[in-house]
Amino acid sequence: MKPAAFIRHVPRTLDEAVKILAQVADEDGRVLAGGQSLVPIMAFRLARPAHLVDINEVDGLDRIASDGMMLRIGARVRHAAFHKAVVDNPLGKLLAHVVRHIAHYPIRVRGTFCGSLAHADPASEWCLVAATLDATMVAQSIRGERPIAARDFFDGIMSTALAGDELLAEVRLPLLAGDAKFGFNEFSRRAGDFAMASSLVTYRVVDGKIAEARVGVGGAEASPRRIAQAEAALNGQPPRDKVFRAAAEAAATAIEPLEDHQTTGEYRRDLVRAVVRRALEHSSV
Amino acid sequence: MTAPTKGSGLKWVGRAIRRLEDPALVTGQGRFTADLPAVHWVRFVRSSIAAGKLGKIEAPKGTVVITAADLKGVKKITPMLHKFNYKPVGQPILAETQVRFVGEPIAAVVAATEEDAEDIADLVEVSIDETAPLIDARDALAPGAPPVHADVPGNVILKGEFKTADFDTVWKSAAKVVRMDARSHRQNATPMEARAGHAAYDISTGRVTLTCTTQMPHLMRTAIADVLGMPESDLRVVAPDVGGGFGQKMSLCAEYVVLVWLARKLKSSVAWTEDRRENLIASFHSRDQYLALEGAFDGNAKLLALRADVLANIGAYSCFPTTAGMEPLMAMAEMPGPYDVQQYECLARGVLTNTCTMAAYRGVSRPTITFTLERLMDKAATAFALDPVDIRRRNLIDKFPYTSAIGLVYDEATYKETLEMAVKAINLPAFRARQQAARAKGRHLGIGFATFSERTGYGSPAFAARGMEITPGWETVILTVDPSGFVEARIGASPHGQGLRTTLAQIIADEIGVTPDVIKVVHGDTDRAPYGWGTFASRSLVISGGASLIAAQKVRAKLIKIASHMLEAAPGDILLENGAAKVAGTDRSVTIAKMAREAYTQTHRFKGEIEPGLTETGSYDPPGTFSNACHVAIVEVDIDTGRTTVEKFLVAEDAGKIINPMIADGQVQGGIAQGIGNALLEEIIYDESGGILTANLADYMPPTAHEIPPIELHHLETMSTESITKAKGLGEGGCIGAPAAIVNAINDALSPFGVEIDEIPATPQRIRAALRATGKCA
Repeated sequence: MKPAAFIRHVPRTLDEAVKILAQVADEDGRVLAGGQSLVPIMAFRLARPAHLVDINEVDGLDRIASDGMMLRIGARVRHAAFHKAVVDNPLGKLLAHVVRHIAHYPIRVRGTFCGSLAHADPASEWCLVAATLDATMVAQSIRGERPIAARDFFDGIMSTALAGDELLAEVRLPLLAGDAKFGFNEFSRRAGDFAMASSLVTYRVVDGKIAEARVGVGGAEASPRRIAQAEAALNGQPPRDKVFRAAAEAAATAIEPLEDHQTTGEYRRDLVRAVVRRALEHSSV
Repeated sequence: MTAPTKGSGLKWVGRAIRRLEDPALVTGQGRFTADLPAVHWVRFVRSSIAAGKLGKIEAPKGTVVITAADLKGVKKITPMLHKFNYKPVGQPILAETQVRFVGEPIAAVVAATEEDAEDIADLVEVSIDETAPLIDARDALAPGAPPVHADVPGNVILKGEFKTADFDTVWKSAAKVVRMDARSHRQNATPMEARAGHAAYDISTGRVTLTCTTQMPHLMRTAIADVLGMPESDLRVVAPDVGGGFGQKMSLCAEYVVLVWLARKLKSSVAWTEDRRENLIASFHSRDQYLALEGAFDGNAKLLALRADVLANIGAYSCFPTTAGMEPLMAMAEMPGPYDVQQYECLARGVLTNTCTMAAYRGVSRPTITFTLERLMDKAATAFALDPVDIRRRNLIDKFPYTSAIGLVYDEATYKETLEMAVKAINLPAFRARQQAARAKGRHLGIGFATFSERTGYGSPAFAARGMEITPGWETVILTVDPSGFVEARIGASPHGQGLRTTLAQIIADEIGVTPDVIKVVHGDTDRAPYGWGTFASRSLVISGGASLIAAQKVRAKLIKIASHMLEAAPGDILLENGAAKVAGTDRSVTIAKMAREAYTQTHRFKGEIEPGLTETGSYDPPGTFSNACHVAIVEVDIDTGRTTVEKFLVAEDAGKIINPMIADGQVQGGIAQGIGNALLEEIIYDESGGILTANLADYMPPTAHEIPPIELHHLETMSTESITKAKGLGEGGCIGAPAAIVNAINDALSPFGVEIDEIPATPQRIRAALRATGKCA
């Protein structure tokens, strides 16, 4: 369980980083940020990048900033940065709630927000957040900057729209409405394990009715995404148990479930039904 | 160390003193095998194919890659049982003509670093002519199944059969027969430290020191010397700090044989540190069993007769020294557990398959048989419309000594008392009320009981009953007060987390009147410790503790003799306490340090009446004793997801005299944590081709601290005549009872749905599938 040999590059600037990445992209050059996913798969030799572009010494990548519309999260912002609300907006609370479900504390101190998105594990909590809130991923390369919408970014299990020479320099999350409600729930076998299903919901209540509903489901399909059928079941309805159950059922029906040696499609639907309903219950308390 | 017991009459035994071994371990000063530097590092090339004919092995030019062809004259590992239709099978050190499981070592790459060795191993090309593998024990039994070993057609490596004379007559008289079909899936003991070995050749003596993470250093030496055909005195085996074993480190590993062979060949040092993936696929597995149990009851729910069919998947080879008989024969001997049942029939078979070899794991079969039997008792309770507690009250043994149907003698124990103690402590009526209230709100709580016996501290007669060629049992302790006045106890047991350095010191301290901190317990080095069997089977405190007591009694007698000379007093007037001998009723005294000094350097004073030196040897080989306990689990089952949360765990345990309550509690708690893993989480899963799908700790899931509930412990102390220290063993009880209690609790929670879970681990997937099948909870 020792990684295959690789060359580690340590750029000091983003320009330098993307320059190196362009040179090594053809040899499976990879960006190393927190290393919490990449390094274990290298230890198993499931990944054998010949080059690592280590961005831990690049200035300015650990910035979190809000311009009143968007929260901008730099490439080296660690998960642990979100333990406290990073912005005075429901989004800050949402991120602070979700981050507690990511693995275990030592991993959160090292792993990065953008790294999770670039890795695109279907079970990733941050990928679910990005998909549900329609984040914008900002890819940087020697060719320039390319914003990618979440719906175009995720491309199946551990696969994204990022080209080999592109570095995910920043993720932009839209701030939520001041009166937005959110709820999150996930199911994993043990505390800190990969979620077998997860759900993030946000909505507003206008005149006693749900509006602007977003229902995201993660861990259950190859990529996290919003489930339109579940959102339709919510919008215009009062936030009540019966409505939540209908939305959960719609989500469970709509997904194309991942299956594995232990988990049938039926079971995955059971979990989606449970996590969506519980996320909605969580949102209303 | 806290001031001892001057004049108080208090003793060290029975006190929760801190562990003497911990300061080094908790400050990072422990020394483990993988800490040693080596000149050469080894990586094993392992089979990625479960079954097939081994063809060409091609290594890159210029690399050192050892295969079976190099190991000429090296014998196979061939453990032997002389009973139960046992068919001996040989395990080549590196695969010869066949591969028999995924993970089997085929070649050893030798390089300057671990990284280089792994790089080279990736480039070694192995051609295997793949054949259809046998993964499941039932498939291996099927007519026409290919033999895993050509000389064992039918794949049954051993078959134990037992039936009492009146079985059929009594069976026919029964009012009700209750059946339980259990499936226990395969597990890995998962010690924190995986395997590691380091063999170093000493050029001046020609000796090799093998440092390895083992529970049985002396037996490793005997076995490796046998296999390599070398003088045993040329091999020293050292077990330094060992990061847990749980039985997985009892058996001889082919890998260690290769290391010793290489050290002698290269006249250098050679090391191998197993990674977690290797540990999960290629170290030893356990608990892969099908158990069918039928109980015949009279009209009062009294068990009259028990019929068992045990089918144990023993993997590709038979483990040394305990053999493949370990799980099936343990199941056969102890299936009736704590219940009074004099009619018993059992068929116990071990079956070869193309899977990793089965070996010991904490509890050895008793977690699975207790699970099966305790589920049977709960099913019988339902059949008779009784409470689970009532049916146990009607059947638990309460007269001692009790001779079981198969002939085991149960010493004094407290099966009923611990049950009542647990029922009272958990407040069963209050729980039932809470359960009802929760159900009304759609929450499903359950309570589960498990009562069991835990056979511990058994000596050579118990192992001999299995017909083992290698018959473990006794232990020896050599106790020396050296000329400095410090005490050294050299022991054949080989603790690796059990706290034996502390508990043995407590036993010795009381006997010779010193504080435990002046006693050094030396173990895990065949050059320094006397021959012994090591640490396993909840034996060390009973047997090595008994040997320590015997040696300490002899040292005590000699100290009194010396004191009597030095103080010119009658031996009967000498008191030994607080590091000195004194004459009762006077102020005349002499320190043990001074007596020890004179025992070596002033022997002329003793006029030939006392042998020089101050070393005594004690050996102990007891018949064995039964600890017992009642475990209670309270769980909540999430009906929507199938998840089980263990809310509370309670134990009423009787392990005889408790030498150190803190250490005893730790043993029980740790066992329960593993039991929770067995009950809910841990499962080695093979795919149909024999590949392992659970080869990392994300897929193979030991519980984390989050999954362990508060554990409440209660003790009774029955003083057994079968243990000279009065201590019974308790190393395994935690994991023996926990799966049964937890799964009984799950079934109690699920009772409104009319589904039953008789499979471990009881995963959310399995629970949810059972619920979904009812159509009641979509």
